[in-house]
Amino acid sequence: MNYNWNWSIFFDQSPEGTGTYADMLLSGLQWTIVTALCAWVIAFFLGSLVGVLRTLPSKTANAIGTTYVEIFRNVPLLVQMFLWYFVLPEVLPRQLGDAVKQMPDAPFYTAVVCLGFFTASRVAEQVRAGIQALPRGQRMAGTAMGFTTYQTYRYVLLPNAYRIILPPLTSEFLNNLKNTSVALTIGLLELTGRARSMQEFSFQVFEAFTAATILYVLINLVVVVAATFLERAVAIPGQR
Amino acid sequence: MLSNFDFSVILKSLPYLFGQGMVFTLSLTAMAAAGGVVIGTLLAMARLSGIPGVWHLAKGYVELCRSLPLVLVIFWFYFLVPYIGAYVTGSSTPIQVGAFPSALITFTAFEAAYFAEIMRAGIQSIPKGQTAAASALGMNYWQTMSNVVLPQAFRNMLPLLLTQTIVLFQDTSLVYVLSLTDFMGAASKVAQRDGRLVEMYIFAAIVYFAICFSASFLVRRLQRRVAIIR
Repeated sequence: MNYNWNWSIFFDQSPEGTGTYADMLLSGLQWTIVTALCAWVIAFFLGSLVGVLRTLPSKTANAIGTTYVEIFRNVPLLVQMFLWYFVLPEVLPRQLGDAVKQMPDAPFYTAVVCLGFFTASRVAEQVRAGIQALPRGQRMAGTAMGFTTYQTYRYVLLPNAYRIILPPLTSEFLNNLKNTSVALTIGLLELTGRARSMQEFSFQVFEAFTAATILYVLINLVVVVAATFLERAVAIPGQR
Repeated sequence: MLSNFDFSVILKSLPYLFGQGMVFTLSLTAMAAAGGVVIGTLLAMARLSGIPGVWHLAKGYVELCRSLPLVLVIFWFYFLVPYIGAYVTGSSTPIQVGAFPSALITFTAFEAAYFAEIMRAGIQSIPKGQTAAASALGMNYWQTMSNVVLPQAFRNMLPLLLTQTIVLFQDTSLVYVLSLTDFMGAASKVAQRDGRLVEMYIFAAIVYFAICFSASFLVRRLQRRVAIIR
């Protein structure tokens, strides 16, 4: 065992000339957080839509929702990432494809869209489970009150369903956050990728990965604490 | 555009894709799942044991693994395993570990944390009265676990364990970051060699989809068969 520990490495200048190694990791952390948040916006809204489709009485809506979930859940995220990044620009009409390829920050946008669509399939399953966990009477009561289907979902079913599925949604959010690391394969400069570059530049493997590990654990803690507060804030007084 | 989609690239590379890539992927999945379930069960037992130190350690390990991205864990183990090997064998320099053993250790250790959570739920799903009854019959902890609790816990959790194995099968594609030749790695090597990214990646997606879709279909059918009617 002859590993040379050098914890002061974080204060050395990185060969990229943009600051110290610590700066490099922190900028990676920023990319991780921004990507995860943007992807979550897509995942949440698209996932809710697909989840609702699967609970509608219409057979067509059901089939569309089920197809979406099956496709995005049964293909590995890495493969999906490559499809969006390498394959999509080629199968689009030439002009559009070229425009996509020349986009600045293409890895970032690709990662956001890919993760958004991928996570949406998981969110959809949670939303569906949440809606199905509600007593049948709630939907019927909505109808009896003269609500349209949209109104029933908007004012009766969804507000209750989201409260039920808040804990599993939190873990989906954390998965989404961790999954941003897969985007290093298409060149996104996120935390894991930055730790890997730091290891390649400085050969201080374990310092780089320890720092990244600590940062991931910290964001996890922040999210878990924030979710607890959110749960308390939206809880319906008197329930439970 | 799709008009110049070249099927012959796929056909020519089939022996390489399946003979090497898929064999790697499947053996990694099977061995990591088997090892992960065993270690995961031990972790779950440790976590439920209530022995100070032991359950803290088990809980800490599971929580740590679950808060880290798999890609980072793959890098960790890739660099750590040679040092652990050197420590175990008492060698003064990091020892060389092959790509497959390194990946196997990574996935077993990482997935054990996820299997541990499933097994914890499984063990907790067995009514307390059964352990009490086993104690009343004079069984010790290990006898109770192996004869009474675990067989039922496995049965209850079988669909979840298999679903997690499908997730593991998909996750093995991430060994790509170490340039190993699993199914995805093989597809990507052919894609880059022949400049046929569109064909190879679409084909890889279809193969993964077909396998995972049929596997989860089978799991759903199995779920109905093994469900214990109460």
